[in-house]
Amino acid sequence: MQQETTRGLTLIAPPLLYAVALMAGPLLAIVVFSFWTQDYLTIDRTLTLANYREALSDPIYRAILLRSLWISGLVTLITVALAFPVAYFVSFHVDPSKKSLWLFLITIPFWTSYLLRIFLWKVMLGFNGVLNSIFAYINIPLEALGNATGIAWLQEGLSAPLYSASAVVLTLSHAFAPFAILPIFVALEKIDRSLLEAARDLGETAVTTFLRVTLPLAAPGVVAALLIVFIPTVGDYVTPAQVGGPGGLMIANMIQTQFLGLNNAPMGATLAVLAMLVVTVIALATIWLARRLSGVRP
Amino acid sequence: MLRTYVIAFLIFLYAPITLLPVFAFNSGTVIAFPLDGFTLEWFAALRTNRELHSALANSLTVAGTTAVISVLLGLMAARANVRYRFPAKAAAMGLVMIPLVLPEIIVATSLLVVVVQFFGWSLSLVTVVAAHVLICTPFAVAILNASFQSLDPALEEAAIDLGETRASTFRLVTLPLVMPGIIASLLICFTISLDEFIIAFFLTGSDTTLPVYIWSLLRFPKQLPIIMALGTLLVLASILILTLAEWNRRRGIARAGGSDSGGFL
Repeated sequence: MQQETTRGLTLIAPPLLYAVALMAGPLLAIVVFSFWTQDYLTIDRTLTLANYREALSDPIYRAILLRSLWISGLVTLITVALAFPVAYFVSFHVDPSKKSLWLFLITIPFWTSYLLRIFLWKVMLGFNGVLNSIFAYINIPLEALGNATGIAWLQEGLSAPLYSASAVVLTLSHAFAPFAILPIFVALEKIDRSLLEAARDLGETAVTTFLRVTLPLAAPGVVAALLIVFIPTVGDYVTPAQVGGPGGLMIANMIQTQFLGLNNAPMGATLAVLAMLVVTVIALATIWLARRLSGVRP
Repeated sequence: MLRTYVIAFLIFLYAPITLLPVFAFNSGTVIAFPLDGFTLEWFAALRTNRELHSALANSLTVAGTTAVISVLLGLMAARANVRYRFPAKAAAMGLVMIPLVLPEIIVATSLLVVVVQFFGWSLSLVTVVAAHVLICTPFAVAILNASFQSLDPALEEAAIDLGETRASTFRLVTLPLVMPGIIASLLICFTISLDEFIIAFFLTGSDTTLPVYIWSLLRFPKQLPIIMALGTLLVLASILILTLAEWNRRRGIARAGGSDSGGFL
């Protein structure tokens, strides 16, 4: 037994040390660094809260951080809502031997040329872009539709979709769609099908069976999907830089500007630490809330 | 109705990628409709672009090195996870898997701070590889966990009972059985590293990787048709690699007698 433990520890040591040296260490370093300040060309190593004071009081930083959370939150809800029916379909309506083929088809776009996929949305959303060409061809009165429904970007007509926060939401929802499907699919696969039959036998309709049995049992997968989309999208750089325009920039763009543009690395570090803190708090709150909700259910 | 929705979803998913070949073969220099005519000019331009070739060579080196190191680390972690019990196992595995959900900008900036500000080292392809190994290892662990789990421990015990040493058992019994998983994870790590932009953008020195080079071209409208041609080839290559990976993963599970649970994760 003792020997087994030693062997396990020896095996786990290299990957663990690698993660500690290249992740835990650097994360600690960036926290320390955020308490230093940039003094023209040199770094002032006196510990101070000056960066945090500036980051929290400057309306620009605050607006960008809030916008990142707002955009990611929206993306997360849209992605998970769009993904759930797909995961449900693959789990419940696809022949078991074809399931992995379907998952493969769904995940392929996720692994291919992230940069170019984002750039192609720019092509699709641009003034002479694909979407506008289609709209012009089938003659959809976008402005009138916008005025009738009160949706701001529709009111602006054909030039509106690109370079806005809504373009970022659309593009990110597309980019992260496969990521949301997998955890929901796994949770749905684990559901014992006889429970559903039992519910039907006991007089539930298809709809109430779904709401009272399937959905609660799929909840862990949905929570995992929410987190797995929310966490990386908050820190996304490419999408806002490509399709966001000035009104769609997010925290990663500001961090990048601080590091590589304005040459104020400590401020960039502060913003990174703040973003990480907020994301961690939101993630923990989501897990806590999900546990509470599932605990209350009879 | 659900089927219609899923098909619409798949079209939505694939719509942007299908535009790549459309514009790659379009003779117009503006990336917009209507299309002009058919040309192979943009593909021909790829063959003479020196900067592109060196960026591609860099990317292939980085992706190859990353894949090998990540899979070695992944093998150790997955083997430890499936086969052994040791203290703080859940915490250790959790720490190894965290990079999967860490925003890449955080990985990039924290490593940049350590390398440049704390150690004063210069950035190079080595720093890019180091960071890529960090984010690829969790994917390798996820795939290899499944491979080791579908492995029947009785096979290894039998080999040891029949007089093989632990090392030769691993080489003759374990390794061949998990080999499809190893190949699948090598290919996945290779694809991730080849496609990764933001970390390479922060951590690369004077040698750029392919995504960083593509990013620099995106600002020049004249270069866009060439990027479309390059993108078409890249997408074809990744689909080929991924199909190979998936085929290997399934072959491995079938060989070990397990049932397919589906998906890379």
